[in-house]
Amino acid sequence: MSKLIPLPFERPIVDLESQLEQLEQQLGRSPQLTDAVRQMRVELQRLTREVYENLRPWEVVSVARHTNRPQALDYVELIFDEFVELHGDRAFGDDRAILTGFAQLDDQKVLFVGQHKGRNLDERITHNYGMAHPEGYRKALMKMQLAAKYQLPIVCFIDTAGAFPGIGAEERGQAYQIAYNLREMSRVRTPIVCVVIGEGGSGGALGIGIGDHVAVLQYAYYSVISPEGCAGILWKHPKFADKAAEALRFTAPDLLKFGVIDEVVPEPLGGAHRDHRRMAITLKGTLLHALKQLKSLPLDELLNRRYDKFRRIGQFEEQHATTAESSAAS
Amino acid sequence: MTPPAEGQTPTPPDVPAPQLSGEPQRRKRGVPEGLWLRCDACGATVFRKQVEQGLWLCPECGHHFYAPAAARIQQLLDTDSFEEWFADLAPCDPLGFADKRPYRDRLKEEQRKTGLTDACVVGRGYLRGRPLVFGLTDTAFIMGSMGSVVGEKLTRAIERATESRLPLVIISGSGGGARMHEGIFSLMQMGKVSAALARFHESGGLFISVLTNPTMGGVAASFASLGDIVIAEPKALIGFAGPRVVKSTIKMPLPPGFQTSEFLMAHGFVDRIIARPDLRPEISRLIDYCVR
Repeated sequence: MSKLIPLPFERPIVDLESQLEQLEQQLGRSPQLTDAVRQMRVELQRLTREVYENLRPWEVVSVARHTNRPQALDYVELIFDEFVELHGDRAFGDDRAILTGFAQLDDQKVLFVGQHKGRNLDERITHNYGMAHPEGYRKALMKMQLAAKYQLPIVCFIDTAGAFPGIGAEERGQAYQIAYNLREMSRVRTPIVCVVIGEGGSGGALGIGIGDHVAVLQYAYYSVISPEGCAGILWKHPKFADKAAEALRFTAPDLLKFGVIDEVVPEPLGGAHRDHRRMAITLKGTLLHALKQLKSLPLDELLNRRYDKFRRIGQFEEQHATTAESSAAS
Repeated sequence: MTPPAEGQTPTPPDVPAPQLSGEPQRRKRGVPEGLWLRCDACGATVFRKQVEQGLWLCPECGHHFYAPAAARIQQLLDTDSFEEWFADLAPCDPLGFADKRPYRDRLKEEQRKTGLTDACVVGRGYLRGRPLVFGLTDTAFIMGSMGSVVGEKLTRAIERATESRLPLVIISGSGGGARMHEGIFSLMQMGKVSAALARFHESGGLFISVLTNPTMGGVAASFASLGDIVIAEPKALIGFAGPRVVKSTIKMPLPPGFQTSEFLMAHGFVDRIIARPDLRPEISRLIDYCVR
């Protein structure tokens, strides 16, 4: 992989890495250095672990947004044996922010839906930084309904700062289309696995996020609003984004603790951007495992479980009952 | 059961507003204090009492002022027919959220100010003799934003409407969308309410969604947009992203009338724009076409 641009908190790791590199170059001439190299490698591991175990939420956001972080199309190459892209929403156009198509996952055929931000400037412009318009959500839902027709399970990779806030998006019904996706995804009759691989930005993420199994990568985040947006409203300036990130409790371990997601997918030491291949292997394992379990359920039960999964979420007080994370039905 | 003539005043103005989980102690946001009001639209100075005893409209130009939950219920439903459900659901603070001040304090203040426990009221009522499940979000309470209580109340109401096979009318007034202070819980309410509406839809239920000023973000992007019939009050602000966000993203001036009811109707997302005095007869007429 090409040289990574270090994040501010990665500075000590990068420094140690370059020291180690220097040492290794000298190694050829003086064999007595090997012990020092070994020690330094251990130290590097320890340091990386220490830094990554103590990331603050705002630092997690910077990992989730890292330019070298693997994106949907990276995973398409690393996880799936084949990808047959299906374009277009049959109404307006082909939104490149959300990619959809058939994919081969080992011996299973699935439908892949993924938000792709773009790995270089050209891609980012083509894919609109992963921020979809209504036609993207419409396309995603259409292909999901196609998948259900032929009993293909669905894999959704979520990675967006949010649905695009523009004039065209509003004219073409961004709010309506996301709402419609939420309603219809809740009753798509085939297993759906959703994974937040980077940014889970609000309604734009949820628009392809109503699934039977919802996983979030260790350094991804899933939030009702971007930390900058929240800071702009509540702290009156986006520069307080770190404070907002702290307050919103949107990191994967918190989401799991709240019972909002089903699984945190561990990332390689030092984040997915350091080792795409290893991340892909772990993620593939997650998908296979989740799909195996979901496919064993009768469809009616699957849909009832999907309903209950979202039905349960919410915390409030009820005077008759005690404090409750709500149970089903009234 | 015969509907009265079109355009008739929905309820006599002297009927007291229904009691909703406590009395407001102070005037609500968006309505200045005092005997007189200045109309945002035409600039006329109007007598507050005249506005409040009517339908919270400007007597000069018909501008739709914000109307609080109790007034909405009184305006729309038959006198004393509303039975509130789940009034004992109260918000808590699942994240331990604090910005410049703790969410818990904010909740207390909003409760004191509005007399509501949260931004949503649901229940059962009659509209010109037609039974229905009714819900509303009140923009005075943290911008009518949807947290766990709003999501839960609406979901329960929708489930009851499904079981009892009653039509559902929800009036949205939610400038705040999904409530930030409850983080991911708020976002997930969008999925929860929408899934409940999917079941209601499958069971053949009629949902009439009434959009009022303002309906934005996560509320617009969930239940508010999912009506079988979508009605908007005139000149309401309705949309997904806030106009300021759109403006700062595209770095261009916004077209005139952007994200108004009229804009939405022109682009195909609203069935009818109906002025407040006509909501009652219009909704009852729509129900009669769909419900037998």
